[in-house]
Parts: sequence; C-alpha cells; structure tokens
Amino acid sequence: MRMILTGNESAAWGAKLSRPKVIAAYPITPQTSIIETIADFIANGEMDARYIRVESEHSAMAACIAAQNTGVRTYTATSAHGLALMHEVLIWASGARLPIVMSVVNRAMAPPWSVWTDQLDTMAERDSGWIQVYTQNNQEVLDSIIMSYKIAEKHNILMPTMVIEDAFILSHTSEGVEIPDQKDVDDFLGEYNPAFKLDPDEPAGFGSLIMPEGPYMEFRYKMALAMEEARNEIKKVVEEYNEKFNRSYSPFIEEYRTEDADAIMVVLGTIGSTAKDVVDRMREKGKKVGVARVRYFRPFPADEMRALAKKTNMIGVVDRSYSFGPGADLYAETKSVLYGYANIPVKNYVMGLGGRDITPQILEKVFNDMLSIAKEGVVDREVEWVGLQGDKRWS
Amino acid sequence: MKKLTIPEEEYMLPGHTACLGCGATIAMRYVLKALGKNTILSIPACCWAVIPGVYPHRNLEVPLLYTAFEVTGAAISGIREALDALGKEDVNVVGFAGDGGTADIGLQALSAAAERGHNVFYIMYDNEAYMNTGIQRSGSTPMGAWTTTTPGGKKRMYKWEPKKSVAEIMVAHHIPYVATATIAYPEDMISKLKRAKEIKGPKFFQILSPCPTGWRHSPDKTVEVSRLAVQTNIFPLYEVINGKYKISIKPKNPKPVKEYLRLQGRFRHLTEEEIAMIQKNVDENWKALLKKERCSQEEE
Amino acid sequence: MSINLPKDPTPIAKVPSTENKTGGWRTFRPVIHYEKCIRCYICWKFCPDAAIHFAPPEAHESPKEALAKFDTVEINYDFCKGCGICANECPVNAIELVLEENFRGDEE
Ligand code: SF4
Ligand code: SF4
Repeated sequence: MRMILTGNESAAWGAKLSRPKVIAAYPITPQTSIIETIADFIANGEMDARYIRVESEHSAMAACIAAQNTGVRTYTATSAHGLALMHEVLIWASGARLPIVMSVVNRAMAPPWSVWTDQLDTMAERDSGWIQVYTQNNQEVLDSIIMSYKIAEKHNILMPTMVIEDAFILSHTSEGVEIPDQKDVDDFLGEYNPAFKLDPDEPAGFGSLIMPEGPYMEFRYKMALAMEEARNEIKKVVEEYNEKFNRSYSPFIEEYRTEDADAIMVVLGTIGSTAKDVVDRMREKGKKVGVARVRYFRPFPADEMRALAKKTNMIGVVDRSYSFGPGADLYAETKSVLYGYANIPVKNYVMGLGGRDITPQILEKVFNDMLSIAKEGVVDREVEWVGLQGDKRWS
Repeated sequence: MKKLTIPEEEYMLPGHTACLGCGATIAMRYVLKALGKNTILSIPACCWAVIPGVYPHRNLEVPLLYTAFEVTGAAISGIREALDALGKEDVNVVGFAGDGGTADIGLQALSAAAERGHNVFYIMYDNEAYMNTGIQRSGSTPMGAWTTTTPGGKKRMYKWEPKKSVAEIMVAHHIPYVATATIAYPEDMISKLKRAKEIKGPKFFQILSPCPTGWRHSPDKTVEVSRLAVQTNIFPLYEVINGKYKISIKPKNPKPVKEYLRLQGRFRHLTEEEIAMIQKNVDENWKALLKKERCSQEEE
Repeated sequence: MSINLPKDPTPIAKVPSTENKTGGWRTFRPVIHYEKCIRCYICWKFCPDAAIHFAPPEAHESPKEALAKFDTVEINYDFCKGCGICANECPVNAIELVLEENFRGDEE
C-alpha cells in the first residue's frame, strides 16, 4: 500500500506496524503529530496498545523502561528539550538493557527558542548508550523503526534505539511512502521475546547496587561489546529487510558518486538529499565530488569511514550542531577514526543551526571550498561556520 | 498452635543491610505480608535501594525494579499497563518510595499517575528526611527538626516550615483510597492494605517510619516513637475512601507532643516556647482533621 | 586472556540475602527468659530483621500450663542485629539485652 505521509505520520505507522504494547507519550513540537497519529490509531481500534499520557518526557521514558522491563515492547517519541529532560533515564534504559525504540525529531535547543531542525539534541545524547540511526526521507523513517526493533531486541544486543528525523523537513513534509503489509512485518519481527522480565514467580532485583570491587565495570563492558556486536546485527537485519521489502538501504553509510571523488562530503539526515542533487550538478561541470550520508552514528561506522577515506583526497564534514570541542560531533568522530588510517585533509563545516536553510547554493560553495583544499592538500581552518550573517563568502 | 494478629508469611528476608531498628524495614515487612507474593515492587533511590543488599543479593521474595529517584509514579504506571496488556490484572503493583522521592522530587510523577487512575499502590515510607544521603531536610521533615541541612547553628537554622501533607495532596487527586499508617500499629496498617487491595485504582499510603539514625533516638525505641506519634496526634492515623475521612485511632487523652519530641535527638534543641508552637500546630491539625471527618461523613 | 563477565546483561539480583550473616553487627544480644515469656509474639511482630521465628511449644519452658500448648519463639542470632526493639516491646520484660562480648567464644 502506498500513502502520502509526513515524516511524523510515517513514524507513527512504523510504530503501529511494530505492535508495541505500551506507548508513553508527551507532546513537544515538532514531535507531537507522531503521538497524535498514534492516539488516532488507538482511538479507532486500528492499534492495540496501552497509551499512557504522561506528564513529562522524563516520565515517558521512565514508564517505557518499567513497561519494557515487565516484558512488553514499548515506543515513545520526543524532541530537543524533551530528549534533554530524559537524559537521566536514557542512560537508565541502556544500562538496564531494554530494547526500547524511540523516534526523535531533531530540533534546536534554547535559548534562543527555536523549534526548527538542528542536531544538538541527539548529539548531546551520543554517550547515553543508545543506538542512533539518522534518516533522510519518510520511507526511511518508517522502515528504520521496524528494523530497529529487530536489531535492538536480539539477546546479544539489548540496546535501545533512537530513530532520528529532521524537524519539519521530514516531520511535517509529505511524501509518498510504501507501507509494508502487517503480516510481513509480523513475520519479520516475530513476537517480542524479552531476555528477562519482572515476574512474581522469579523474585529478583533489577538494577541493584554494585560496589567498586563488584562487577560494575564488567556490566558496562558488556554494553560496549553489545554496541560492537550491533554492527553485525545491523548489517544482517538491513540486508534481510532490503530483501523482504524490496529496499536498498546501505547499513551504515549511504554513498553517492564517491568512487572517483576528489572530495567527499560527510553528512547526516536530510542534508544528504540536497547534497546529492548538488553533486549531480557539479559532476556535470566536471567537478568530481561525492556524498556520504552516515546513517548510524552509534555505533559509529569506523571501518566504513576508513574505507571511504581511501577513495578520496579530502573529506568535508557537515554538522548541524556544535559541541564546543574541537569542532562538532560528526567531524570529531570522523577525524578520530581516520587518525592513523588516512592522511587526508578533513574539514568541519558547521551550518544550518536552528533550522537555517541549507541551500544547494551554499552546499555548492562548500564543495568548491573542499575541492580547493583537496588540490592544495592543506586545510585553511579546521572548523568553519558557514553562512553567518554578513559573511559574503557563502551567500 | 499460635494466635497471630498479622499474617505469618514472610516475604522480607533477614540478612539485609538496614540500620539497627530501621522503621522502613518493618513497614516493608507488613506491606508484603498484607499484599502477598503476587506483587511487583518499584523502588527509587532511597534507603530501600540499599537495604536489599549488594548485587547479586536480594532480600525480598517478590520482583523489584530499581529506578531513578523521581520516577516511581511513572514506573508503576508502566508496570501496570504492561501487566494489563499481558492479561495479568491480578498482580499487585507497588511503588515503595521515601519521603524525598515522594513529597519532593517524585511528586510530579506521583501526581500524574494518581490523576491517570492506574490500578496501583503507592507507598510513601516517611522517615521525614533524606536519610540514605545522610539526613537532609525534605518537604516532609517536621517543624522544628534538626537535619544536616537545617543544622541549627548560631542562627537556629532548623526546619521551621510545617511538614508538607502529602496524604492531603493525594486526597485532592480524588483517588479512591488514601491512608496514613505507622509501624507501631501493624494490624491497622495491614487491614488498610487489605481493604485497599479490593479497590481498583490508585491507592496511596503514607507510612510514618521512624529512623533511629536520623531521628537520633535509640534503635530500641523505633516502635515506641511510632506509637507516640499517634498518641500525641502529631501523626494521626486515618483513611479517606472515595473522599470520606475516617480516623482510625482517636486517642482519648492525647499525650503532650513533648513526650514524642523528647525521645528524639533531632528535637533536643527545642525551647519550651518552640514546643508550645509545635503543640499548637498539632492541635490545629487534629481539629481540622476531625472537621474533615465530620463534614465528609455528613455529605451523605 | 580470560575475562570474567557476569552472565546477566544487567544486574539481576537473585541470591537471597540470607547469605549475609548480619549477626556480627550486634553490640547487645537479646536473650529470652522463657520462664517469663507469655508467647504473645509481639517481639516476632516488630523485629525489623525478621530474625525471630516460631518454635514448637515444647522447645522451651513456659511460665503457665495454659500457655504451654502455644508455639514459642526463638531469636536467630545469625541475623539479629541487636536493635533491642523486641526487648523494649515485650510486655513482660522477658527479653534481656546482654553485652555481646559476654558471649564471645561461646559458639562456633
Ligand atoms: S534485637 Fe532487634 S533484630 Fe534482634 S531479634 Fe530483637 S528486634 Fe530483632
Ligand atoms: S514479646 Fe516477650 S512475651 Fe511476647 S513472645 Fe516475645 S519474648 Fe515472649
């Protein structure tokens, strides 16, 4: 079945098809239409789930944690401040090894108040122990939710997952979306089979105290191993999904015309579609550029990034957030995995914060900047804020 | 052969790590005796997060979900809805949280859970301060008390504000069952829990649980202090069923609150005037409670 | 290299706390003088450590014939922390708190 859906409706459909039994929801722009759509599904009897209308995002995640620990599949969604409010319990969810799947609609953090897209909210949670997958279109939003349950719920993984979409550009924009058959999704996901659960027949304390000489560190190490193992499961599940549902996702990095590229732009989310367009135009003019859209930021695709660097002379990393460290997050991670593997210039382009438009014109200028660095072999400045008001270079 | 006034079954094991004479431990013993094995507990940061012992040890014969400090209301909502979705409506879901986790940091989640009407128990074991972190003032610390954040000093910086009435806050949520209880009256507490068990919806208990370590009384006095709290009317026992108040124990000749205060080091510094002020406060609250009982019963 | 990792993915505490013998915390030992004990079970009721259990009627002497048919109580010194609540609450003062050091070397 094909439908015209917004990104948020696609997320709601992804959730519906995955049959979570408990949903805990709290509104926040631009996420709200996800939980409204789900409310409609439930109100119309199209979805069989308990819907807890919590009083905060913190409680949304806490209720999901408790429900999932009781042995059911759960789902929630949030954005920006809601995600930040969850911070404590996000870390709880991963430490408790609960394969919760949550949609996050990327939105800027205040002040200044802004409801538009920006990736600081999810980047600030990169160390929370959640798998993070960034999407580029509404189809990918829907498909990624289904795939994420399958990956997260494997007993060798048991890590919660954020399925991330850009505010408005996806969340409130309609596209044609192919809706898989419920039966096929049921076959693909299977019944939820919890690795452990609260059960009066088996008294146990979940998440109890551990002294420094106890296995605290070992439990954290097991999480690190699970996140590593997730690479294998992601690969397997994406391939299985592609086959079953006739899709063509690359598991970790979607590459576009990177084969003989002099410079490759590394991006997250919807910037990928704009960049691909610009690449086509520039290729017509004989400029050899390519795009690599990172899907999974956690676990970070280290091998794939290293292989990518072997194909080119320069990498420009676009970040729609800033971390006040040595550049922004995607850049810092990219550079760190390339260290010792590829001796090519890497530059960070910070742009589009607070939902500022990332136009083809700007990206073309960035590509040209990247090409000149590729040619000269030196980076003029490591971190460039692109498109600041008054800066004529990019307009 | 034996004649017992409370259930014999034991769901709390010895070997736990509570302080000598811990009132909160006695409270848990009774709660589980009343509710039985078909129960799931959720416990946030509080003394009871530590009492069961260090991993891999447990001291309860029921499953227990440890959670973050402020989430008990949300956690029991999640457990309840998941159980119902699985068709396990018969399992009791119990949040068991301290006064800090209830009156302060967890009040929002509790309020929302109560308002949504989940079929859960919320038990506030009230030891009147943040005891697990070492006796800091909470909203439930009584007037006049010493704590490490109301240490007195030259400026007599004690906790002078009145104790927050969480049970009354819960009554204002129009939930079907609210009660106070304390460990010196196990039969009262257990009969209330059993009554509440028959009611579908949110059930809230505030259980005064003396803490020898924080209240600065000798550990053998835990039950005596609890009894005096009722006999002096500083902590009246009552229940509110569907908005109707019923006082469980009305002391014929209430003892002066001074008898209660003098057993506890946390009130040692109080002057006669200050004790008189507390007595006045106790008398007023008691009168107000009698009035609520009368008015709510009259409505019939 | 072999690393010892816990089997569970997250701490799931299943071992009963009765492995921990908290009797070692005791400064005072409650001693029941059975010749006074009226088998009212108040001590059993209030013990915060669930360290008092029942014993068959004949296990200990009884002050009155009429009481002798009832179960009696015993304190489990493996766990009793010596808080003294039982002694404080016993209506007939049948429980005496004795300094633990008087018992050193008695057992084990
Ligand atoms: S002294 Fe305390 S712990 Fe020991 S048996 Fe008596 S009440 Fe229980
Ligand atoms: S409280 Fe005293 S009289 Fe009652 S059973 Fe215990 S020891 Fe015996």
